[in-house]
Amino acid sequence: MSGAYKILDGKCPSGPLSEKWDLRRQELKLVNPANKRKYRVIVVGTGLAGASAAATLGELGYQVHAFCFQDSPRRGHSIAAQGGINAAKNYPNDGDSIYRLFYDTIKGGDFRAREANVYRLAAISSNIIDQCVAQGVPFARDYAGYLENRSFGGAQVSRTFYARGQTGQQLLLGAFAALSRQVKAGSVRLYPRTEMLDLVLVDGEAKGITVRDLVTGEIRSHAADAVCLCTGGYMNIFYLSTNAMGSNVTANFRAYKKGAFFANPCFTQIHPTCIPVTGDHQAKLTLMSESLRNDGRVWVPKKKDDQRKPHEIPEDERDYYLERKYPSFGNLAPRDIASRAAKEVCDDGRGVGPGGRGVYLDFGDAIQRLGREKISERYGNLFEMYEKITAENAYERPMRIYPAPHYAMGGLWVDYNLQSSIPGLFVLGEANFSDHGGNRLGASALMQGLADGYFIISYTIADYLARVRPGTADDQHPDFRRSQEDVAAVTKRLLSIKGRKTANDFHRQLGRIMWEDVGMARSKESLNRALKLIPELRAEFWENLQVPGNGAGLNQELEKAGRVADFLEFGELMALDALHREESCGGHFRVEHQMEDGEAKRDDGNFCYVAAWEFGGPEKNPQLHKEPLIFENVQLATRSYK
Amino acid sequence: MDLFLYVWRQSGPQDSGRLEQHQARDISPDMSFLEMLDQVNEELTRQGREPIAFDHDCREGICGSCSQVINGIPHGPLEKTTVCQLHMRHFRDGDTIYIEPWRARAFPVIKDLIVDRSSLDRIIQAGGYVSVHTGGVPDANAILIPKADAEKAMDASECIGCGACVAACPNGSAMLFTAAKVTHLAMLPQGRVEAARRVCVMTETMLGEGFGNCSNHYECQSVCPKGITVSFIAKLNREYLKSVVDKA
Repeated sequence: MSGAYKILDGKCPSGPLSEKWDLRRQELKLVNPANKRKYRVIVVGTGLAGASAAATLGELGYQVHAFCFQDSPRRGHSIAAQGGINAAKNYPNDGDSIYRLFYDTIKGGDFRAREANVYRLAAISSNIIDQCVAQGVPFARDYAGYLENRSFGGAQVSRTFYARGQTGQQLLLGAFAALSRQVKAGSVRLYPRTEMLDLVLVDGEAKGITVRDLVTGEIRSHAADAVCLCTGGYMNIFYLSTNAMGSNVTANFRAYKKGAFFANPCFTQIHPTCIPVTGDHQAKLTLMSESLRNDGRVWVPKKKDDQRKPHEIPEDERDYYLERKYPSFGNLAPRDIASRAAKEVCDDGRGVGPGGRGVYLDFGDAIQRLGREKISERYGNLFEMYEKITAENAYERPMRIYPAPHYAMGGLWVDYNLQSSIPGLFVLGEANFSDHGGNRLGASALMQGLADGYFIISYTIADYLARVRPGTADDQHPDFRRSQEDVAAVTKRLLSIKGRKTANDFHRQLGRIMWEDVGMARSKESLNRALKLIPELRAEFWENLQVPGNGAGLNQELEKAGRVADFLEFGELMALDALHREESCGGHFRVEHQMEDGEAKRDDGNFCYVAAWEFGGPEKNPQLHKEPLIFENVQLATRSYK
Repeated sequence: MDLFLYVWRQSGPQDSGRLEQHQARDISPDMSFLEMLDQVNEELTRQGREPIAFDHDCREGICGSCSQVINGIPHGPLEKTTVCQLHMRHFRDGDTIYIEPWRARAFPVIKDLIVDRSSLDRIIQAGGYVSVHTGGVPDANAILIPKADAEKAMDASECIGCGACVAACPNGSAMLFTAAKVTHLAMLPQGRVEAARRVCVMTETMLGEGFGNCSNHYECQSVCPKGITVSFIAKLNREYLKSVVDKA
């Protein structure tokens, strides 16, 4: 790291916390209804953030071009979210409020998120539920016809709305329906099976993208007046994660290479309740919803290497370690804490199942208390999924679970208006860094994606558009041509190596490095090792990669190779960020920085800032910039769930 | 275990396509069907040969990308299970497995096992939504919904849009898919307002896209990975009839 760093301004409005968003909306410029149709907006990604943004902008009258790599916009990975979506409705009358949701989220994020953003998110949360119900999202209801709630980690109130174990699916189908309506109305044009491979800047502002048509192989550019990236997270850097196979960092990383700052890349969430790894053949990991921790009790044997079957181990020889260590939150401790605790007991030799990398999630008590039927009504589909994968019946024996990479809190840096460091480039949902700090609470990802897409971007993008003349970008401009040439050159290079290893081989190797050295527990030593190993692997990739076929048509190996190439660079950025952050907070645990009892030790004096990295050029170190986090309403405290 | 595969290979829409023989060696029973194909593909790739193209993404049985006919059955032998959730422990060492794409007039093959299902999206675009704008909606509890209705709407809304129902139907009909969306929205007060128009435009679009009609084979129900039942088709027919009678 060299040169002087900038102090970034998140451009949060001044004034009291609860009035900030109103004040900002007052200040933002509007685009006249008759002028909206003159502006073209590109939306990349059609998960919750992308589909809701594209639909809403289309409704307002903008010309929207929406891109996704899947065959249909309905398949964005938000679809796989299971447990629910938070909102401060306080329907159960159990003490919830906007402020409490705000505080829980700030605290859950270990005080590394912006107050103003998080408060806005909490305030908007109620509107999201209203909107989704109006669209026909079939949330769970009680016998009187009212909406039901359940609890999630890091909260002591029930504020999570859900649709069986398929909440993400139902919310995405709602957003997809709204999007489809705009396609029919002619305001949104869809480009499925199309992958963004470059961001195009004209005079320093984002004016389009270069894409590859995944069916024909054609590389072409699309010009617009502004670009929204809603391209999700990068947890597939670990190779095995709960993300979909296609989830990748490419769109974000290419934007980073064009000057967008990447914020807090080391803030990664390892989810505590996933099905353990069974072998090297495994291509992905499956999440078991956190909602299971409402009724399931987590335990391991007290004795090391206990080979007995779970039902043979008597009650007093079981260690319900979450209940023991965190009596007030118990099994609903936040994800980062629950994951680390699982790793700890397994490292201690008390893990269960093959390889000893697993802990029990036991429904025995709940079934006795509520009956099998009630448990089946609440979690039936999850128990079925568990049985399909493991061939074990979780009604009869406890589930085995283990932490797995799940969600990226880090992402492209954005200001309060969701605008990145490149004017005209907006970043929404998991792709940005803004709301979850060092750790995201359960049921908050769906909330954030939809808040950004339905209720924030429409205001903030107008403020940018109102300042630029519509239709100035032209895909014949030399900057667009250069971008196409660059993309074509990389594609050609990937195809011409003709080595001996597959993109998957490299990805698997990278994943192992990231999991071992930049995973749940990081040290200076492990991070330096990763910083040595990743460039070596990357060099080998460019000499020994095999991509069969050509670029002129559907070529899935080529798609994969491009994504792995970006992961091979991005991994270094993650390690660098983790190395520079000499503290433990949220999902970022540095073994050098822990309390006596093993809890994370934050350093507010030196690290109470957002680390935003600027690309420094090929094979050069990036430049670190800092956005100080200023807490006007919340007192920084040691996070305690005891 | 070792398996003999006959896999449909087709370089593009113009190619006539053929079954190609492959071997899958050292397959663990804990592998998913797609992980078995991954292994075959990696071997092909290392040899510089083109791997088998197939659609997949979440591998959790929810995104609806998987689209393979295994031994003549869409999504394979296991009930209520997508290909990605089918595990190799349900096969035996030495088995011969035939793998083909969805076959239907409305699903042209793009390559190997990948088909174009955008016709399903166009059925939704025709009217598979509530015409509500963002903002300006009532409180979520303002309109109460009987639990039974909400549950039935949810049963229908579980459809993942994979198209197995179409692939299984001798008529290549998308009736189950269409009926699921019609039912989901017709069960809810928010969707009821447009129910009559919706059922007409969605059905017309379905036929216009080249899907056939329903003649009660019930193959769709038996292959649906989400357990969508043909009772929704009865519901669609009822809604359709009602809309025609109301119009007259």
